Amino acid sequence: MKKLLLSSIIVLIGFTFIGRLSYLQLFRFSPDQILDDPAIKKVYDYPERGYIYDRDGKLLVGNQPAYDVMVIPREVKPLDTLEFCGLLGIDKLEFLSKMEKARIYSPRLPSVLVPQLSKEDYARLQEKMRHFTGFYIQKRSLRYYNTKSAANVLGYISEVNEWDLKNNPYYVAGELKGRTGIEKQYEEILRGRKGVKHIQKDRFNRDIGPYKDGKLDTLPKQGKEIHITLDKTLQEYGEKLMHGKRGGIVAIEPKSGEILAMISGPTYDPALLVGRERSKNYSKLHYDTISKPTWDRSILAQPSPGSPFKTLNALVGLQEGVIDTQTKFRCYHGFYVGNTLRGCHCGGGIRDLNSGIYQSCNAYFAGVFRKIFDKYETTDKGMDMWEKHMKSFGLGDFLGTDLPTGAPGRIPDVAYYDKWYGDGRWAASTIISNSIGQGEIAATPLQLANMTAAIANRGYFYTPHIIKSIGDNGKIDPKYTEPRYTTIDRKHFEPVIEGMANVYNYGTARWVKIPGIDIAGKTGTVENYIRIDGERMQLTDHSVFVAFAPIENPQIALAVYIENGYYGSRYAGHIASLLIEKYIKGEITRKDLEKRMLEKTLEHEYAKPYSGEPFEINEYEW
Amino acid sequence: MSGRGPFGRLDWITVILYAFLVFIGWINIYSTSVGEVSTSIFDFSTLYGKQLFFIGLAALGIIFVLFVESQFFERFASIFYIVSIILLLGLFVFGKTIAGATSWYDLGFFNLQPSELAKVATSLALAKFLSDIQTDIRTRKHQIYALVIILLPALLILPQPDPGSSLIYFSLFFVLFREGFPIYYLGILIFAIVLFATTLMFGTVWVTIGLIILTLLIYTFKRASVKIPILPVVGVIVVSILFSLSVNFVFENVFEQRHRDRFSLWLSLEKDEEKLDEIRKTIGYNTYQSEKAIESGGFTGKGFMEGTRTKGDFVPEQHTDYIFSSVGEEWGFLGTSAVILLFSLFFLRLIYIAERQKSDFSRMYGYGVISILVFHYFINIGMVIGLLPTIGVPLPFFSYGGSGLIFFTMLLFIFLKLDSNRLKDGI
Repeated sequence: MKKLLLSSIIVLIGFTFIGRLSYLQLFRFSPDQILDDPAIKKVYDYPERGYIYDRDGKLLVGNQPAYDVMVIPREVKPLDTLEFCGLLGIDKLEFLSKMEKARIYSPRLPSVLVPQLSKEDYARLQEKMRHFTGFYIQKRSLRYYNTKSAANVLGYISEVNEWDLKNNPYYVAGELKGRTGIEKQYEEILRGRKGVKHIQKDRFNRDIGPYKDGKLDTLPKQGKEIHITLDKTLQEYGEKLMHGKRGGIVAIEPKSGEILAMISGPTYDPALLVGRERSKNYSKLHYDTISKPTWDRSILAQPSPGSPFKTLNALVGLQEGVIDTQTKFRCYHGFYVGNTLRGCHCGGGIRDLNSGIYQSCNAYFAGVFRKIFDKYETTDKGMDMWEKHMKSFGLGDFLGTDLPTGAPGRIPDVAYYDKWYGDGRWAASTIISNSIGQGEIAATPLQLANMTAAIANRGYFYTPHIIKSIGDNGKIDPKYTEPRYTTIDRKHFEPVIEGMANVYNYGTARWVKIPGIDIAGKTGTVENYIRIDGERMQLTDHSVFVAFAPIENPQIALAVYIENGYYGSRYAGHIASLLIEKYIKGEITRKDLEKRMLEKTLEHEYAKPYSGEPFEINEYEW
Repeated sequence: MSGRGPFGRLDWITVILYAFLVFIGWINIYSTSVGEVSTSIFDFSTLYGKQLFFIGLAALGIIFVLFVESQFFERFASIFYIVSIILLLGLFVFGKTIAGATSWYDLGFFNLQPSELAKVATSLALAKFLSDIQTDIRTRKHQIYALVIILLPALLILPQPDPGSSLIYFSLFFVLFREGFPIYYLGILIFAIVLFATTLMFGTVWVTIGLIILTLLIYTFKRASVKIPILPVVGVIVVSILFSLSVNFVFENVFEQRHRDRFSLWLSLEKDEEKLDEIRKTIGYNTYQSEKAIESGGFTGKGFMEGTRTKGDFVPEQHTDYIFSSVGEEWGFLGTSAVILLFSLFFLRLIYIAERQKSDFSRMYGYGVISILVFHYFINIGMVIGLLPTIGVPLPFFSYGGSGLIFFTMLLFIFLKLDSNRLKDGI
């Protein structure tokens, strides 16, 4: 026993040690430990973010250098504080508090003292910098905007937050990331890939050379430039026209589905969200909850489409064979639902397809709508069919664009009304408002523009998209080059388009003709209400207009939606005609109309509900 | 007299194992201390250069030991012991303070650490006392003499302060156990340590419940023929409970916070992540860093001179007490288990040699050598891999340091010299 005591203890110790070591080195070991090894510092080499060009190769977004003044508190020598503060453009108190903050963060590591100096400040400071030991200037890259337009489309970039860091291992604190618009959608393409250098450190955080002689290091991969489908000129012109007005405009090239312009009013200069004033400006924009400049009305607003929707009801009627071009309805300055007369502004009389469209006769389309439903033995079946046709135009659901945000709009269905009225307790006459684009339908300006493009193409459309080409080979997602067919046969489109052409010739938009361009369009005047302090109030109608031109071989299809602009041709129609002229002719011949549209604002309309006084709506003043 | 010279009957297996350990140790010291600019390994301004010089001195020491008549060590054991006691006392007056401990004499070119010398002297003196024909370890009086021989240097070293070295002297109890000192003392000691740790981990109530369950189990499963009297058992339980109660009191009132933190870390008492983090950054920093370094080595290690934490100097005292963490990081599990295996074989070989001695003195001295070396090895590696609280003792033959290497070598080779003469002793 006593001879074996020490031997057994030695063997026991040996086994214990081996056990503990296998726990540490085999069980707890993980090969990606290098990621949090304190002895290895990663130094990143950031590639330049890709440029963004418009459809004609005009620069929209580039990069500009910015200069951060950095400080390493431990290395700071006594200095002329007053002079230094003068150069930096800050006061002494601010300087001292920033120095203290930097010292608390780390005396040994660099902190940003003053971020993003302008080029001028940098030039002044650069000469004197050598007098201030412990301070240095670090260059970084910021976005540069070659336009004051398209802020919501282009989007902005900002520093990654904790959520990003947790959900995407690529990012490291302090890096920038696309937040909205194209910057977000094409983040990985624009960003490229940062290069990494591994540096061996000691425990005092001093560099002692490359780790493994740089075997694990990677080179940065340049971000790619992209071309987008916007037409810079058209976009900028449209935003000028939207001055003082709220609403959205979307213009699409029908033969490709490319978005030519996407305008939301009011908007802002994208350069506001860059540089030192960024957070101040952002708060200002973000907390403006009345005019909401950061809320992109062209893809997020979902008003009732109003009369432009009548064209689709006509198409469904033709496709279902319940009407032909000669089918007539009488307008009694309105139409009866039961014993109630619902009004119409068309002037009354006998209406057929053509005059029904160009005079925008409510009675005619109520008749068409009833006939569509009468074809089926139950309302439910009629509704399903109607819903199917409408949805084939890209309404009532997300379109599948390459924009990071959007709204689905609404095409009501059986389930919707069963819930609203009760199963079997509704009929075509109950939901007759849908025939004239009011009622429960909702669509974004983008969806209206796309619907118009489908009519212009006589039966199909391409998924609207903003990307034109990426980098050198230019390939984009093939889903944007495949046509999507509607459920309406090609032959039914011609009579409807003829009606839309006559809107300009004799109809609701006869005052906005453009000499030399054949346009097909449709006005819309949309009743709308808001609730203020629990009280439902009617506001001045929204002005809506959809159009495409030229009628043969269409180059542009657009939807204009102006909040509280009164009837369709008053604002929307004029703006649409100016945009079409600008895009097709390149210049405006009707200078007086242009001047009026640029100068007129609707601010007085928007102020009405907040004035606290009773107010008139739909005032005619021109 | 055999005419085969001083190297003739040397146990070459031990010598080769020894040489391996010293060599591996030096390789790791080289890795921890080599700088950016590569210099010659004989550059004595570097740690690895100095260690090479110490290895040379140790070799001279070996030759010196081998040429000395083996009876010399037995005859002069008492003198050595007295000299080393005087040297330890002298530290209180002439000692040089390094890193807070007054443990060195400044000899100009060399700092002498007498506590290392005293380990050799005490082993010799204890062996000499025990092997004396008149000594009977079973008598209380001689037990006390033996205790005094062991504890006197320990007591002198403790206030330096160097609790680690002081603790090492307790290893000499294994010599006593080998020679008939009752083993149940060891049992009581282990039982007390287990009680201490379990009380801190689970509390007195659970320890009491555990003790009672254990007792009942023993009674249930014992053979019917074995009679265990009730009264002493109850007595043991009562004393244990009292001890357990006193543990909490001592821990909370006698220990200082830094001691408590060490135990908290060792027994994983602290569950609060934030406080644990705090401990890791302060008192447990060394252990945490060395554990992490070893862990990051994985199965095969990062390779010689590739240890990032070693190179970054993240593990404090890595070339001395924490040298084993460098083995862990750079050579991985393969390296660490090879070193453990090497040490185990080395110790078992020494036990085998000790047991074949005909002279009592040689055997007892051999046991002293083994006990001291094993104790260092156990405490050092146990600490580095996070099994034991932080106690600063070097790893024999591995750690950087002149006194350590030279006296460990002397300690070992005196024994090998005695062994090479074992046949003559029999005549």
